[in-house]
Formats: sequence, structure tokens, C-alpha cells
Amino acid sequence: MKFDTPATTNPIDKGRVVGVAHDRIDGPAKVTGSAPYAYERHDAAPNAAYGWIVGSAIAKGTIAAMDLRAAEAAPGVLGIVTHANAGKLGKGNYNTAPLLGGPAIMHYDQALALVIADTFENARAAAKLVRIDYAPQDGKFDLAAEQGNAVKPPDGGFSGAADSAVGDFDGAFAKAAVRIDQRYTTPDHSHAMLEPHATTAAWNGDKLTLWTANQMIAWSVGEVAKTLGIPKANVRLVSPYIGGGFGAKLFLRADALLAALGAKQIGRPVKVAIARSQIPNNTTHRPATIQRIRIGADKNGVIDAIGHEVWSGDLPGGGTETAAMQTRLLYGGAHRMTAHRLATLDLPEGNAMRAPGEAVGLLALEVAMDELAEACGVDPVELRIRNDVQYDPEAGTQRPYSSRKLVECLRAGADRFGWAKRNPKPGKVRDGRWLVGMGVASAFRNNLVGKSGARIGVDGAGKVIVETDMTDIGTGSYTIIGQTAAEMLGVSLDDVIVRLGDSRFPASAGSGGQWGANSSTAGVYAAAMALRAKLAEKAGYPIDQAQFDDGLVKLGDQSQTLAALAGREGLWAEDSIEFGDLDKRYVQATFGAHFCEVGVDVDTAEVRIRRMGGAFAAGRILNPKSARSQVIGAMTMGAGSALMEALEVDTRFGLFINHDMAEYAVPVHADIPQQDVLFIDELDDKSSPMKAKGVGELGICGAGAAVANAIYNATGLRLRDYPLTIDKLLKAQMG
Amino acid sequence: MKPFTYSRATSVADAAKAAASTQGARFIAGGTNLLDLMKLQIETPTHLIDVNHLGLDRIEPTPEGGLRIGALVRNTDLAADKVVRRDYGVLSRALLAGASGQLRNKATTAGNLLQRTRCPYFYDTNMPCNKRKPGSGCGAIGGISRSLAILGVSDACIAQHPSDMAVAMRLLDAQVDTVGADGVARAIPIADFHMLPGDTPHVETALKSGEIITSVTLPKPIGGTHVYRKVRDRASYAFALVSVAAVFGKDGGSRFAFGGIGAKPWRTPAADAAASSGAKAVAEAALSGARTTHHNDFKKTLVERTLASLYRQKEARS
Ligand SMILES: Cc1cc2nc3c(=O)[nH]c(=O)nc-3n(C[C@H](O)[C@H](O)[C@H](O)COP(=O)(O)OP(=O)(O)OC[C@H]3O[C@@H](n4cnc5c(N)ncnc54)[C@H](O)[C@@H]3O)c2cc1C
Ligand code: SF4
Repeated sequence: MKFDTPATTNPIDKGRVVGVAHDRIDGPAKVTGSAPYAYERHDAAPNAAYGWIVGSAIAKGTIAAMDLRAAEAAPGVLGIVTHANAGKLGKGNYNTAPLLGGPAIMHYDQALALVIADTFENARAAAKLVRIDYAPQDGKFDLAAEQGNAVKPPDGGFSGAADSAVGDFDGAFAKAAVRIDQRYTTPDHSHAMLEPHATTAAWNGDKLTLWTANQMIAWSVGEVAKTLGIPKANVRLVSPYIGGGFGAKLFLRADALLAALGAKQIGRPVKVAIARSQIPNNTTHRPATIQRIRIGADKNGVIDAIGHEVWSGDLPGGGTETAAMQTRLLYGGAHRMTAHRLATLDLPEGNAMRAPGEAVGLLALEVAMDELAEACGVDPVELRIRNDVQYDPEAGTQRPYSSRKLVECLRAGADRFGWAKRNPKPGKVRDGRWLVGMGVASAFRNNLVGKSGARIGVDGAGKVIVETDMTDIGTGSYTIIGQTAAEMLGVSLDDVIVRLGDSRFPASAGSGGQWGANSSTAGVYAAAMALRAKLAEKAGYPIDQAQFDDGLVKLGDQSQTLAALAGREGLWAEDSIEFGDLDKRYVQATFGAHFCEVGVDVDTAEVRIRRMGGAFAAGRILNPKSARSQVIGAMTMGAGSALMEALEVDTRFGLFINHDMAEYAVPVHADIPQQDVLFIDELDDKSSPMKAKGVGELGICGAGAAVANAIYNATGLRLRDYPLTIDKLLKAQMG
Repeated sequence: MKPFTYSRATSVADAAKAAASTQGARFIAGGTNLLDLMKLQIETPTHLIDVNHLGLDRIEPTPEGGLRIGALVRNTDLAADKVVRRDYGVLSRALLAGASGQLRNKATTAGNLLQRTRCPYFYDTNMPCNKRKPGSGCGAIGGISRSLAILGVSDACIAQHPSDMAVAMRLLDAQVDTVGADGVARAIPIADFHMLPGDTPHVETALKSGEIITSVTLPKPIGGTHVYRKVRDRASYAFALVSVAAVFGKDGGSRFAFGGIGAKPWRTPAADAAASSGAKAVAEAALSGARTTHHNDFKKTLVERTLASLYRQKEARS
């Protein structure tokens, strides 16, 4: 089904199942431990051996010599994979460094060997016996030091153009009555999802099956094929349950490749999980940024010039952190510029993490807006309303937003939060030992869409079955897909069976960039439309008059059951949704407003979030329950990025040194009190037949800036280097 | 983790003897620190002697009016003990500020005293670390040292002692009761129990080979208002950047001990003596001789501020 004109009234608009809060249909399987995760596929590969990855102990250089004798002789060892015996390997399109290093080493903890043994313990112990002599080389590990050497990266990919310019930014900025010109920094972040990267691999002849934790099945089938040099048809990926991803599992990673190579070498299934302490340096992370923001406005805070420059680093061949993208779209202003510059660093490779670009871009932009509000003496909510724009401010009025309810979010959110009670003067509100402040920030995240397919059928018992390679990374895909099918075919959610995450199913958009929910349900919609046509035809009813209700296909007062129509062999249909150019003609994005109240200890500068609240507009909210979970989880992540999350770079050895969960702090329950989420009614007819948009990443966008702005309101301290930890607050206080 | 053998000790004396006579033997209590370190091969014992079944899990009054805490008493049970809560509140509060409920259910009194540093370089076996591998250098000096110690440090090591419980015990003048390989019992004042790194940061305590901790004895209660304040990067489940254990006495006599800043749980007579002069004076006395890096110099300010907060709360109460 082609989606190239705005949606009109369709079966989803009934709102009988879609748009109603449902528990996750996969919940019972998860809480009873019967949902099979990648490392626990005893059912599928009962005799799997265990692999343990040996990572590089240096950041850059080559392997001078490798001595495997002691490891090979260790108890239980079945084989060792290294570059020397792995055969010729390709490199996936989405990988920057080879997943199996050697002789060249590109980053710390790059996999150099996989030791396989009969037990997990034997593999781990033997891995320590692999002797590697290194010939180290000097590397570059310090983004600030390399800022001056950063270059303009090639345009393209997800990033679009590196630069943009409209009007005369320099001239307008120089003339502006009020000017903000500040530098902000954000550190490297680790996804820190609960389940590590994990894979069980088995070969049957030349056919490979990977039970793996992967967000993007179709991409990764291609990546496996390309890396191993085998046809795609010989690769099967199965990823029905995933313990979180946040972008860490968008790609083929070392667990899957090495499990495949290991299984081939020993002629037996092999499973590999990347150890928690290896995740930060072996896998991808969100790159650190240095950002400069300049805003020129009139005395009322109306923006005339806005500029956002971003510097980030990556391995040679890597990409930028596109932190200025939202600044192209979020606020008005006739004179504009953005620029991304990329430095070469020899740190582990950077890549997407939840809301790549916006998550850290808004940590800077939304603080700059707070600074502008302060400088103009305008309320920060009002300032954002004054600078609202209903079209792409770079392209002009001919490219309007498909729907944009930022102002509604700001107003409704402010109301619910009690924003009117905020004292605009910083440092004035005291509650016992706490200085109390409130902050606001806009939330903005692009709405991406992608082709997505599904197969849907009815069996002889009247059960509806949906199959697509779409993944559920904890987000609730099972449930919204089930809801969509139930709505379309007029059955209850209990009568739908959803099967996901298998490359044998039709290719979906996958889970990433918050495109999954809208695109994959739209794919199910397309397939369901085809099935409705088949059912109606079989019933002998004209499709434009047939009604689907209560497990029946109806025409006037006649009806037939789905079960009877499906017959013993069942009735199936397959289709996919393909998006035309509506996302080019209209800007499609999701919006929100974050509010936060913090307390800052008058003596110790400990920061405690007291309340978080937000209002969000993201098209039709398919399942308000799981959508709320997504938003509060993302707000929590935003709070983490404001207050504590940072991979610490040792610029001498070239690694993230705090590479475990004891030292890489993410918020715990005690850090996150009450969170209030309001969804603003919105249907976006240009986004998909579902009239939905993504919501999984919106909640992180701006959340941290609201925290930072609340700290400013509480204390009068403006910190621009994240995370805003006690040491920085104390230093700022002492001037 | 290297393969190891395992046995259950049947008596304290046997445990000590076996530990001294078996090359590479270690005691295991809750295992919450030792097992983590074994998985990373930072600790590589060849034999584990389980001391969980020796009846060392009781809390009993001493004839002197103090309290004897068995070496195997779980942190959870110790924190919840009625007498501890009434007479040694600072200890209960320090325990509850540490780790998580699950960990405290397993963690023991002796194990907590002996837990090893959280220096990130100690935890990465590819990095130099004099404590883990004597003579290999110190990765933290000149590296990432925000969490590390500023008192009692040396050119060889700036690791912090991470325990909360031990800080309260230091404040209370506890003594560590042991039995040696020769079967002889001794009592080590807690002030002498942990060693400063000097040139030998791998030597962390006064324990001799095979020596087993049987209990920790607290002297009789000292009254006063007991507080434990732990400042960290998140609200719970993180090691201290700075912690202060304090008892404010009615007669003006107060005492202070500090966590997160010392190579061992930190206490100085001069800080106690400065109590009546206020937070700034106490901080100055406690911090005498501090050696900071540009990552952890904020700890000096934070000590003073944490003390100021405690003084402020004390005044608010009275
Ligand atoms: C994630 C995490 C967070 C933590 N957070 C904190 C915190 O915030 N504050 C804090 O204070 N602690 C914290 N801890 C540390 C925790 O308190 C210790 O791990 C625990 O107290 C160790 O006790 P255990 O009984 O498990 O010791 P084990 O791991 O069993 O043993 C530790 C050491 O003591 C030796 N040993 C044990 N018993 C005896 C004995 N009777 N005689 C002689 N030697 C003995 C062992 O040989 C070993 O060397 C944390 C730990 C973890 C894993
Ligand atoms: S501070 Fe001590 S524990 Fe840390 S690296 Fe240096 S020697 Fe090792």
C-alpha cells in the first residue's frame, strides 16, 4: 500500500482497541520467565557451547604476536576464533571498526579473539590465558584537543547535510538587541540497557541461524551476509524478545559475528554475550559533543538570528552526533546557520543512542533558550510560544508542519505543573535545607517513517495471527500490533496472536529512531486491508460496505464469522506500507514541553528532582499505557544525562575507564519521584494511516535541559558542561 | 574466574590454620566483593574457605557494657538490631546508606571491613595499578580520579576506602577481634586495622596470613546525637564522594569520621577537638595534609559543606 496522500477516515478511527490503554500482551511471558531471550535459547540450540570475547588491551596499534597455546590447553576449550583463522571477513555498512580486530587494532576492547569452551566458566577463564603482544601506536582521544582539527563531514545518511544557512546570520546576530553566545558540552553516553548484546548461533550446512538481541532484523541480515560473505538467503535472524536497546542493538555487533564464526569453527552451536564491563568500549556509544549556540533576538525575545555549531568525534570513517538538527526546525528566525564538524578520534565507535542528535542538542539549545528568556526578562514558557513557527523555518511557508502542537503542550503542561507559582528570580525559594527551582524545556523529535511489511491471517478458530520482523525492545510493539490487527478485523485483542522478530516474516521498519510504532502498525494496517478484501470477497460482500465487528464480517443484517470464512486452511494476506513524499512536503515531528522542579542542598549542592511533568503531542497515541511508560523512561534517561551519566575518557590510554554499572551512574528509583505525563489530542493524517507518530524518543528530548534550567532557577548557577555534578556546582558557586 | 576448590570451615581455629597452610586460600563470607573480583581475576584464590557456618552471626552485649558483633552478622541484621539502633545509631545509618537491600542481605561485618577499593583502574586488569599488581604503577594518578582519596594517599596509590560501615565503626572506636593461624586471639583497634598505602598499597590491613576476624566489638555507648551523612552522585546505591559520621555530644564533646576521602576510614583527634569551633574549623583540622588532584579537589569543599549541613541541622534540632 502506498501512502502518498493524507489519510481519510478509516477503520482505525473507530478507536475501539487502538488508542485504549492495554497491558502488554507479552507481559505474562516476561514476568514468568517463559519469554525466550537470545542467550537462553536452550529450546532451539540445547547443546550450545560458550564463547567469551577477548578485547584489546590497547586503543590503537597492531597485534605483534598472539600465543593461544595456554588457552587452547585449558580445560573444556573447544576452539578459538581470531583474525588469523576466521577467513576473509567483510565489514557491515553500519560498522565503523571491524567487529573482529587484528592485526590492526582500532579501539580499546575491540574483539581480538573468541574463546569457546564447554562451560561459561571455562571459556571465561581460558580467555585470560590468551597472550597478546601489542605494538601500540599513539592515538587521539581528546575531543577538546581535536576540536580545531575537526572537518566538515560528507552530507548524507541520517544526518542530511552537515551545514545549513539561511539569510545573513552573522549580520543579523551582530545587530541583535539581545545576544546569547555560549558553549556547552555533553559527554559520551553508554546505552546501559539491561540485557547485554547476546547471540546464540547455529549452522545447518551453509545456513546460519542467529537467535540474537537485535532491533533491526532486515538490516542485520544484510550485515551478517556482507560480513561473512554468504547469501542473505542463508541467514536467519530470530529476535522475539529484547531486553532493551536504546540504539545499542541497531546493528550487527561482535556477539553475533563471533558466535557465528565460533559455531562454524567447532561445528556446534555457540552463544556469546558481551560482558557488562566490555559493553562501553567494545560496542557503540553516544559521542560527546562540544556545542556553540548563538541567538540574536529583539527585546521581547523574538528570535532574528539563530546559530548552532556542533563538534563531535569518531573513528576514521565514522559519523557525527547531529546535535544541531532540531535547531533547523524548532524556532522561527529569519537568519539561521547550523554546522556539524567531525574530529578523528581513536576512541570506541560512536553511533545512535536514543534520540541521536536531539537528546544532546536540546541539552544545549533549551538551556540557551532559558538564558535568552532571562536576558529579555520574558517568561521561558512565553518565550518559546513567541518563537513558535508552523512551517520549516529554513524552507519557508511552502513546507508546513503536518501537525505541530508545541504551544498547546507548553500551555497545558505549564498549567498542570503549576508553572505560575515559579519565582522568576533565581535562588529565592527555600524549603528547609533545599533551594527550590523550576525549569521548562521544549521537547522536539523528528518523526521518521519507513517501509514496513506484515502478514496477517485468520485461522479456522477465528484467531487472527500477525507476523512481521518488527521487534519489541521493551517498547510494547507486540501490544500495539495486536491492537491494530484487532481493530482492523473487528476482534478482541485476546483473539490476536502476534509473532515478531524473525527474518522469515515480512520485513518491517524495525525499532529505531522512534519510527517503529507508527511504521510497523501502518504495515499491519496495509496487510489487514488486504485481508479484509479477501474476507469480504469470500463472504460475497462488497468491500466498501462490509463491516468487521465481533468476529464477524457483516453486510446489513447478514453476517458470517471470520472462522468460517477462513476455513480449515486459514486465509492470509501480506502487504507493506510504503511512504511517498508527504514527509518531504510537510515537516513531520513530535513535540512536547518538559517541566521539572528540583531541590538543591544549600550546603552540599546535592540535586534532587522533586517532580517532573510534561505534555506531549505525537499523533494518535496507540496505547496510552505503554506510551506513558516510554515517556517516563525517557524522561528518566534525560534526568540521568543532566545529573550523572558520563563515560569518563582516559585520554592517555584511550578508553572509557568507568566501564561498569557501579561507576557509570544512571538514575535509580530514589532519583526519580513523581512523573506526570499528559498526551495532547492529535491525529496526524500525513504521517500514516494510523495518524500516529513516534513517541519512544520524544520523552528524552529536552528533559535534561528542564532539569538544568530548574537548577539555575533554584540556585542562580548556570552550568553548561554536562553532567551537572556536585563538583561542578560547588566550583560554580565559588566562582 | 580461575577454578578453585572450596571447603567449609568447622571451627574458627581450623579455618585460620587451613587458611595459613593452604597456598592461595581465602575466606569467603557473603561473597559480594570477593566473587566480583574473582570474576575479573583481580583476586585469584585457589581455595575458598567458607566461614558462614561457624556461629559468628550473633550480636551480644559485652561485660564492659559494649556490644560484640559477630563477623558474619549480615549488614541488614546489624542495621536493624534494636540495641544498635538505640545506642549506636550512627552505625545503623551508615550501613543503610551503603549498597542496596539485596547486597546488605548478603554482606557481612568482616567482609564489609575488608572490601576493596572502587578505583576504576584497580578494576581494569589492562591498566597499571600498584595495588592490584605491585610495581606496575598507578593508573589513577594523572588519570580519572574524581572519586578517589585525598587523605593518607601516597605516590604509589590514591585509592579511597569505600566502606560506609567502617567509617561509623572508626567513629565509635571499635576493635576488630581476630584469631590467628596459631590459634591466638587478638584485638586490633580499628584505627590500626586499615593500613595507609605508602609504598605497599597491596597491603591493606593489619591481618596476618590466615588470621580470621571473629567479631567487631564496640565500647559502651557514648550517647549524643548520631548522624551519618553520605553525599554521592545519585540518591541511592552509589559510593560516597564524601561521607561524615558524627556524634554530637551534649557536653560539647563531639566526634567526626569521614568516608570517601581517605585511604582508610578517616578520623583525626584535631577534628574532634575543633568541634566547638564549628564546621569550618573541623573541616580544616580533618583535611590537614590533604593531597588532591584537579579531579577531586572539590572534596575539600564538600567536606566543609557536609559538616556545615550537619551543624545546621543540629542547630535546627536544638
Ligand atoms: C554494587 C555494589 C555496591 C556497593 N555499595 C556499597 C556502599 O555504598 N557502601 C559500602 O560500604 N559498601 C558497598 N558495597 C560493598 C559491600 O558492602 C561489600 O561487598 C560487602 O560488605 C562485603 O561483604 P561480604 O561478606 O560479601 O564479603 P566477601 O566478598 O565474602 O569478602 C570480602 C573479603 O573479606 C574477607 N573475609 C570475609 N570474611 C572474613 C573473616 N571473617 N575474616 C577474615 N577475612 C574475611 C574475604 O576473604 C574477602 O577478601 C557495594 C557492593 C556492591 C557489589
Ligand atoms: S589509586 Fe591505587 S588502586 Fe587506583 S590505580 Fe592507583 S594504585 Fe591502583
